[in-house]
Amino acid sequence: MADSGSEEIAVIGNTDLTPSESENNLKNTMVEKGTNLLKRMEINVAEAEKRTGKNAVNMQETYTVYLIETRPVDAASEGTNPVPDSLWRRYSEFELLRNYLLVAYPFVVVPPLPEKRAEFVWHKLTADNMDPDFVERRRVGLENFLLRVASHQVLSNDKIFYSFLTEENGWKETVFETGFQAKADSRLKALNATFRVKNPDKRFADMKHYGDELQSVISQLLRVRARAADRLYGVYKVHGNYGRVFSEWSAIEKEMGDGLQSAGHHMDAYAASVDDILEEEEHYADQLKEYLFYADAVRAVCRKHELTQFELEMAAQDLTSKKQQREELATGTVRTFSLKGMTSKLFGQETPEQREAKLKMLETQIEEGEELVKERNTECDEYVKSAWVDIERFKEQKDHDLREALISYAIMQISMCKKGIQVWNNAKECFSKM
Amino acid sequence: MSDPVVDNAVPSGNSSVAIPTDISGQILDLDEDDDLEVFSKGTTLTEGSSFNASMQTSPASMINQYKFEEEEGDADTKDIFVTVDNPESFVTAIETYVTYRVMTKTTRSEFDASEFEVRRRYQDFLWLKGRLEEAHPTLIVHPLPEKFVMKGMVERFNEDFIETRRKALHRFLNRIAEHPIFSSTDDFKIFLTAESGELTSHKKQGPSFLSRMGETVKAVAASVRGVRNRPEEFTDMQEYVEAFTQKIGSLDKVSQRIVREKKEHLEELKECVPIYTLWSQSEEELAEPLKSMADCLDSCCKETEEQVKEHNDLLIPALHEYVLCTETLKAVLRRRDNIQADFEAKTEALAMKKADKDAESKVLSLAWDSLVGRSPEEVKQQRQQKLKGEIKEMRDELDKMEDRLEWANNALKSDWTRWQKVMRTDLRSAFVDTAERNVNYYEKCLAVWESFLHSQRTEAEGNGKVDCS
Repeated sequence: MADSGSEEIAVIGNTDLTPSESENNLKNTMVEKGTNLLKRMEINVAEAEKRTGKNAVNMQETYTVYLIETRPVDAASEGTNPVPDSLWRRYSEFELLRNYLLVAYPFVVVPPLPEKRAEFVWHKLTADNMDPDFVERRRVGLENFLLRVASHQVLSNDKIFYSFLTEENGWKETVFETGFQAKADSRLKALNATFRVKNPDKRFADMKHYGDELQSVISQLLRVRARAADRLYGVYKVHGNYGRVFSEWSAIEKEMGDGLQSAGHHMDAYAASVDDILEEEEHYADQLKEYLFYADAVRAVCRKHELTQFELEMAAQDLTSKKQQREELATGTVRTFSLKGMTSKLFGQETPEQREAKLKMLETQIEEGEELVKERNTECDEYVKSAWVDIERFKEQKDHDLREALISYAIMQISMCKKGIQVWNNAKECFSKM
Repeated sequence: MSDPVVDNAVPSGNSSVAIPTDISGQILDLDEDDDLEVFSKGTTLTEGSSFNASMQTSPASMINQYKFEEEEGDADTKDIFVTVDNPESFVTAIETYVTYRVMTKTTRSEFDASEFEVRRRYQDFLWLKGRLEEAHPTLIVHPLPEKFVMKGMVERFNEDFIETRRKALHRFLNRIAEHPIFSSTDDFKIFLTAESGELTSHKKQGPSFLSRMGETVKAVAASVRGVRNRPEEFTDMQEYVEAFTQKIGSLDKVSQRIVREKKEHLEELKECVPIYTLWSQSEEELAEPLKSMADCLDSCCKETEEQVKEHNDLLIPALHEYVLCTETLKAVLRRRDNIQADFEAKTEALAMKKADKDAESKVLSLAWDSLVGRSPEEVKQQRQQKLKGEIKEMRDELDKMEDRLEWANNALKSDWTRWQKVMRTDLRSAFVDTAERNVNYYEKCLAVWESFLHSQRTEAEGNGKVDCS
């Protein structure tokens, strides 16, 4: 477990939601208000702007910055409505913040950022990061990220997070000063642990597996949805051709002309309506994407457990073997096949003094080893306890959010159907006047 | 002497066939000339207004008898009902083909009985169409479904193809039955009632292949000749047909494209269903809403499938028939033009012949005749008689042609109005139907999603999780 010893990192407290806090859940499905920071402060990502500047290799680049506004809650409710504090941040700074949180709170399922590059796009949307629609959706995603962090029992108390919101200059240096990068577990170490751990907590193993499934299923869904959106776009837009042809046809007809002309208008309206429909569907896709990335965060927490468990197992194994060595040395018997045993058989036993020295060393090592095992055991237990609490919190949040997402999808479909009924009823009336 | 027949033959006020004034003067001159044989047309005119089916090839019998608008069939006065159904494959040693059952119920007196049932194949329908077109070159025959399917390798014995064809054949026969002139033709009657053997022998009685070839050659020649004084209304018709062809072609294409896009959308939607089902299997709380979602999408897929099928079965064929119609319309206008071109050519020839005659009367070619030993006067008289005979023949033929032209024009005008009405009704109902089906489709999908919403909200209420708004 990352132990920086710094006071900046919050102490793990009781993270159960009290009943009153549950009741405070807002209609805003994404956020639980009953926590520390959001009680005091309103946060939103208000705007996005293009900037140009010199980057690390001294080349001109264009990037987007986002305006973060914060305002004390009390002031707003008093009705005075003061000007909010604000500062600008770019996407890479958000990434830095998140990476810090990942290292500092490995037992937390850290909320994900909106995607770096547009994926699962259907043809109308571009994969261009500078595209205004993409920027807008990213703005919303960044705000969502901040709100989720600010409403998390543990994360919301973090000082680095607070200064991210309030101190424009020098924040980056402050983050680096925590030295969090050095404490990050190497990929190799984590992978190694995953393969070699013997007794991970079953719940975590299941949760990791669930993370895999969730990621797979949501990716598939997003891919198919993008293709379906493409097709739906085609269906609606081709109806626009009806509009054009009806209009031209009405010019050569006498009695049919009026009916055709007005029907044509409705066809045009129908064709145009798909833009709004697909924009709303994009919102549903964004909600799914968030949980696609959350799946990754869940897996990260499980991997960390595997690592701590593995390190415990390693320490325990080491201790056992040292104890065994002591026993062999003390009783002079070679119980297991070992090089020591072989060499002593071949080259004769050591002198009593040598044995004494070795025993003493082993004793020390065993003492240290026992300390280490105890330490690691505690670490592991604490990690399991706090990680599992956050996982339970995450599960509840996920169930709630995804259910809401499905409901809003249904609402969207209902709206689309109602529009369709209206347009085609109108068209039918026009056609019957043909 | 006044000849009432000749008077009738002069284009009356409502005819818009423009005849050059010099020729018309000459036609009137005929009064003083020879004994004009009185045509049968005089007698036919007094025969009454009922259409005598056997006179179908005599255009003259149709003049002044052509009263379409009054014959317009209301549903109440419909006295013949025709259906085409029950396709069956017929296998012989040489070939395999499909026959359709054609059933007729009628109260018409020309028919020997009130019900008939025969089997016909596509070739038989083609034959009927050909006969009707031949007999009435400027009437508009409803199109038959195409012989081959151009796009894609569709088996002739594919079920969908046969069903589509059957429906089109049914429509074809019904249009013929509704047509005041076509439905009273002999050929139509025989088509509906004759046993296969009878039909085959009747088919053979028609104009031979060679004579039909001759007609085609003449037609081609005539079309090359072109018409000089086409009445404005027919030019208007031509322009309309050209524009209409474009529009209906576009509509056909647009509709087919919509069906294609819908089918592809459907494919993608279908793929979503198992994904939601799979997902629900990894979830606990979410398992039920996800499964519900999968079910909703599945229902919507079924509705979409049905909607696509209906478009394919109704709108597409209706539009396609009118695409085929445009070919018929163009052909009809062409044939009318040919008739007029023929008439104009003959009129010119007659004028030239007359000029010859007049010129001749002034020339005395003495040299040869004196050699031969005939007196110049004698020779002149002989020649004059010969020319007079030729002129009379030509004039008779010209009269016939004029009748034919007038009849053709009137026929076309009336049938044109009729066709426009039918077209308007057909396309209007096709589009109204389509709009209605689309409304239905959306209503059904709406119900699916509303019930999903309802179930989710009531469940959530029950669990105390969500506050409903």
